[in-house]
Amino acid sequence: MSTPGELNILVLGYGNPGRQDDGMGPAMAEAVQRLAMPGVSADADYQLNIEDAAHMAEFDRVLFVDASIDGEEPFACRRVAPGADIAFTSHSVSPESVLAICEDHFGHSPETHVLAIRGYEFEFAEGITSRAKSNFEQALAFVQTLIRGWKEERNG
Amino acid sequence: MAVSMNNEKRKVVINPVTRVEGHGKVTIQLDENGHVERTRFHIVEFRGFERFVQGRMYWEAPIIVQRLCGICPVSHHLAASKAMDVVEGVDQVSPTAEKMRRLMHYGQTYQSHALHFFHLASPDLLFGFDAPVEKRHVLAVLAEYPDVAKKAVLMRKYGQEVIKATSGKKIHGTGSLPGGVNKNLSIAERDALQAEVDTMIEWGVEGLELCKNVTKADLDNLAKFGTFESNFVSIVAEDGCMDLYDGNLRAIDADGNKIFDQVVPADYLDYIQEEVRPWSYMKFPFIKPLGKEKGWYRVGPLARVNACDYIDTPIAEKERQEFMALGGGRPVHATMAYHWARMIELVHSAEKMKELLADPDLQGTELRRKGERRNRGVAWLEAPRGTLFHHYEVDDKDQITLANLIVSTTNNNEAMNEAVRVIADQYLDGKEITEGLLNHIEVGIRAYDPCLSCATHALGQMRLQVQLTDADGKLIDEKLRG
Repeated sequence: MSTPGELNILVLGYGNPGRQDDGMGPAMAEAVQRLAMPGVSADADYQLNIEDAAHMAEFDRVLFVDASIDGEEPFACRRVAPGADIAFTSHSVSPESVLAICEDHFGHSPETHVLAIRGYEFEFAEGITSRAKSNFEQALAFVQTLIRGWKEERNG
Repeated sequence: MAVSMNNEKRKVVINPVTRVEGHGKVTIQLDENGHVERTRFHIVEFRGFERFVQGRMYWEAPIIVQRLCGICPVSHHLAASKAMDVVEGVDQVSPTAEKMRRLMHYGQTYQSHALHFFHLASPDLLFGFDAPVEKRHVLAVLAEYPDVAKKAVLMRKYGQEVIKATSGKKIHGTGSLPGGVNKNLSIAERDALQAEVDTMIEWGVEGLELCKNVTKADLDNLAKFGTFESNFVSIVAEDGCMDLYDGNLRAIDADGNKIFDQVVPADYLDYIQEEVRPWSYMKFPFIKPLGKEKGWYRVGPLARVNACDYIDTPIAEKERQEFMALGGGRPVHATMAYHWARMIELVHSAEKMKELLADPDLQGTELRRKGERRNRGVAWLEAPRGTLFHHYEVDDKDQITLANLIVSTTNNNEAMNEAVRVIADQYLDGKEITEGLLNHIEVGIRAYDPCLSCATHALGQMRLQVQLTDADGKLIDEKLRG
C-alpha cells in the first residue's frame, strides 16, 4: 500500500509459467510481491489484455515484465509511448496499446516501461531454464534499483 | 496479413490467422480453372496435451492443465476438477463447492464472451469484412464507439475479478480441487461483486442489442455467409435446460431431431469417436452411431442455444425464443449466428452470477468431500467455445496413466474446415485474391474462435508468416510481418 504523496507503482508480469521461460513475467511479479516494497503492487497474468488499461490507470508508474524470444541479453528496458499498433491477435495487446487505451479512456497516463527478459526455451514444461534464470536474477536486481530510483526522484 | 499464390496450380496460404490465438494456417488449393479444389484449416498446436499430464499425481491435474491454455485456463481447471471428483469417489460435491465452481465458470464465460464479441468479432460487424486492416481491430472500436468499448473493458475486468475471488488468483488458481474447493466467498468479496452485477447484466443486454442490430441490418448477407447445415452437440440438464457447468450430452441433427440424449460422461466413448487424418495434428471427432461422414458436428454457443429446451434466466430465455424464431422451427445454422448466441449466453452468465451471489451457500464451510478412490474419471463442461471433455485413468499409486482431452476447438474441427470451404467457394474465384476477400475466411474462423493453445506470447514471437508454395509444395516465396 502507498501512503499519500508516495509514488504508486505497479509491476505487472505476464506469460505462461507452463511454457518454461515464458514464466519469467509472472515469476517477477511474485518476486516483487515477496519484497513487499512500500507503494509497489505486483500482479501477474497469462497475457496483457485491454482490461489492464483500467487497472494501470490507478498507478503513477507501471512496469510491464515479459519474456523475450530474441531480445537483448540479459534483458532490455524501454519507456513505452502510447500507440495504437495492430497486433495479430486481440487476445493479447501490446504495452503501447494498453497505455493508449488507459490514456484515452481512463483519463490517466502513467509513466510506463517494459522490461523484456531474454528467454530461450518456450515448450510445454515447467520451470525457467538455467540460462534464463541468470538473466532473471539480473533483471530482478535491476527492478529493485529502478524502483528505488523512481522513489528517490519523487522524494527529491 | 499478406497473401501469396502462384498462378498455375494456385495455392493460397494465410499463415497464421490474424486475431485467432496461436498459430493456425489456412490452405486453399485452387484448380487450373480457379475454382476451389480443396481447403484445409491447419492447427499446429495442441501437441503434448495428454502426455503433459501423464505420470503426474491426479490431484495436481486441476492446477497443471491450466498451463495448457492462457485463454481459457478456468475451463480446464474445472473440467479436470470434475473428472478428479470421480477419481476421488465424490459423486456430488458440497453445495458450497458446486456454487463456487459455478460462479467461477460463469465469470469465465462472461469475460470470455465479452472478449470474443467486443474485441475479436465486433470490428468485423461494425466496420465490414472488407474494412482496411487498421479498422479491423478493437482499437478502432475504441476510437469510434468509445462508450461501448469502454464498457467491454470493464466487463472483462469484472469477469476476471470473479475468477480471482473464486479461484484465488488470476494465474494458476487453486480454488477448485478434487472433491470440492479450497475457499468459500467472503462477505467482502460477495459485496464487491454484488455491487456491480446489475450493471454487468445491463451492459450485457446493451451488447446483445448491438449484436442483434448490426446482424439484422445485414441479415441477408450474414445469414448466408459461410453457412452450412450440421449436427450440434451440447451438454444439457436432465430437463433439457441450458447448463454450462454440468449435465449430460445431447446431440441433435440439422432438423433439430435428437440423435442421442442424456448420455453420461462415463459413456462418452460409446457416442463420440475421434478420427486421425495425416495432414492435421488435431483429431476429427464424430458422432459414432452416424459414422465419420455424417457424424461431424458443431459445439459452442450456437450448438448450446439450438440444443437446449429452455434457459432458466428470464432475459436470456426471452432472447433465446427470439433467436430460435430465426430458424422457423429448425435449428439456426448461420455461422455468424454464433455471435448472437454468444451474447445471449453472456447475458445468461451475468444473470446466473447475480443469482449465485445472493445464495448464502457461497459462504458455507463444507468445502471438500472424500469418497472411495476410483481409477477412472470422465467429466465435461461447456467451455466458452464449446464442450470440453476430460478423461483420466489413474493407477493405484495415484499417478495419471492416461489422459484424453477433447477440447472445444477439436470438436469444431470439421466444422471450421467446412466453414473455410464454403466461404472460399463463395468469395474466392481464383482471379484476384485481396486482403478483404481473405479476411472473409478469417471472419468465418473467428465465429468459432478456435483456441490454438499458444499461450506463449513472449515479446517478439507474434509474427505473421506468409508462405507461397507451388503445386508440388515447394516454397517459392515467404513474407514475414511484425
